[in-house]
Amino acid sequence: MSQPPRRGREMRLLSTSAILGYGFPEASLRAGLDRGPHVIGVDGGSVDPGPHYLGIGKPFCSPIAISRDLRLMLNAAVRHGIPLLIGTSGGAGGAPHLALVAGMAREIARQDGLHFRMALIQAEQDKDSIRRRVAAGRVKPLARQPVLTDETIDRASRIVGMMGTEPFMAALDAGAQVVLAGRASDPAPWAAAAIHAGLPPAPAWYAGKMLECGATPSIPKGHDSLLVTVREDHVECEPMNPARRCTPLSIANHSLHENSSPVHHIEPGGMLDTSECRFEAVSDRAVRISGMRWIPAAQYTAKLEGVERAGYRSICVCGTRDPLLIGRIDDFIATVRQEVAAKAEAFGAPPDSYRFGIRVYGRDGVMATREPVRDATPHELGFVLEVVSRDSQEMASAVLGMARTNMLHTDFPGRLCREGNMAFPFSPSDIEVGPVYRFSIYHVMELDDLLEPFPIQYESL
Amino acid sequence: MALIRDIATVCKSKNAGPFELTIDVVFDSAGMFRRVKATGVLSAALFARLYNVPEAHVLFTPYDAAYAFKATLPRLVPAGDFGDTDVYGCQQHAPLLDVDLPI
Repeated sequence: MSQPPRRGREMRLLSTSAILGYGFPEASLRAGLDRGPHVIGVDGGSVDPGPHYLGIGKPFCSPIAISRDLRLMLNAAVRHGIPLLIGTSGGAGGAPHLALVAGMAREIARQDGLHFRMALIQAEQDKDSIRRRVAAGRVKPLARQPVLTDETIDRASRIVGMMGTEPFMAALDAGAQVVLAGRASDPAPWAAAAIHAGLPPAPAWYAGKMLECGATPSIPKGHDSLLVTVREDHVECEPMNPARRCTPLSIANHSLHENSSPVHHIEPGGMLDTSECRFEAVSDRAVRISGMRWIPAAQYTAKLEGVERAGYRSICVCGTRDPLLIGRIDDFIATVRQEVAAKAEAFGAPPDSYRFGIRVYGRDGVMATREPVRDATPHELGFVLEVVSRDSQEMASAVLGMARTNMLHTDFPGRLCREGNMAFPFSPSDIEVGPVYRFSIYHVMELDDLLEPFPIQYESL
Repeated sequence: MALIRDIATVCKSKNAGPFELTIDVVFDSAGMFRRVKATGVLSAALFARLYNVPEAHVLFTPYDAAYAFKATLPRLVPAGDFGDTDVYGCQQHAPLLDVDLPI
């Protein structure tokens, strides 16, 4: 595999899409490869789809879609002799997620006759190691979470650590061409590639911030490919699809993405300060960003994410077009709740064993108690009935079935629609959603050995 | 007077991790950004009122380089917990749209 050329100390990084499995046009990949990138990659996941995927150990993109993207990228990397880096593999970056994508890589290599050295970087944390870190006082809460206790660790279904650049650089040093990592800071693989090539951390991390979402920093926004050129004191962003372009505004907008501060971006090992950044158009579709600074942290920290099982969920979707019911919906719901509580208790589900929610779309289904509009009179209302049972899927479905029946048939004063209150779009009407998880660990751990929580295995294909 | 929906180029919300919501309002020129900033209406106090959270829990940051204002505040419910209505947090921006600015 060729070393990145150092002419003018420039590194070109190609991101195919926002997430592995979101898809990208093959023409965009070809256009990117024509620019001679030194590295190709894509972010493999996100915490954004919620706690379920980390808990259950499955991806939020379909394996069919992931495999399609991975096949094109593996072929591109091997044919062009450049590294392929993927962080947060399989969506949540736990051991089963990484194993899924690694298995796909092996299968694609076999089918397509590709040969490469692959590194797998684990991010799943064993509970004993976390207990030891807590006991040593080296785990701190984030976002007003409680102090981490042994009980919370015991209850956790899965815990991952979020790696920084160091494990990726170790894998590149060891000669890996394909690096599949578990949970990683989104920009970390990109930052690692640029720092590994000798570029400073400030533009390296900034490049990663742009590349982690593919062509999202361009307009029209879409899941597509982005090329970022990293130099000593700036980066340049350009989308590979001629239908898109980066503008100073589109880049500035993306720099606000998913971060609590627009100017202080906390990363493993330091903070990217973008307060003095300048955005300049270098063409009608490329933008140069300069002025970023990297402030190394006094203490290296890596984030921990963990989830625990909260029960089992069943749901049902229905709606009403009856103005008489809509006019007294709060009273109606209160009556339904009483009926359901009594009948569920009668078959063995006491009120403290489940939670019953009625989401009212057309009223406050999107913003709940933060909804400011309280005086609208909609002509129809949609409902999502949900039951989360502490005990079993069977019991969740039993209580939900009672809820559905009572939404359909419960009488109300002035009722004319005596055959039924609800329109159900589906048969069967009730859906078993499976285990429900909740985020229970959102902390940072202080690290001295930056590789120890992220062991690397190598294999030759 | 002008509504944010009529003068902003971006008004959006999104998770900043599972426990926080971050809301951005972006303008298309330094001139408009400065005029909006000068009104003082976009502030931690405004977001505290619109989202019913203590002002001390709102991190409000104007970002001059991007002609943008950002506010980060606690989610109503952690992402994916029972009762969460918006796992990605990307449909919580609407109360901003009708804020009237004296410009």
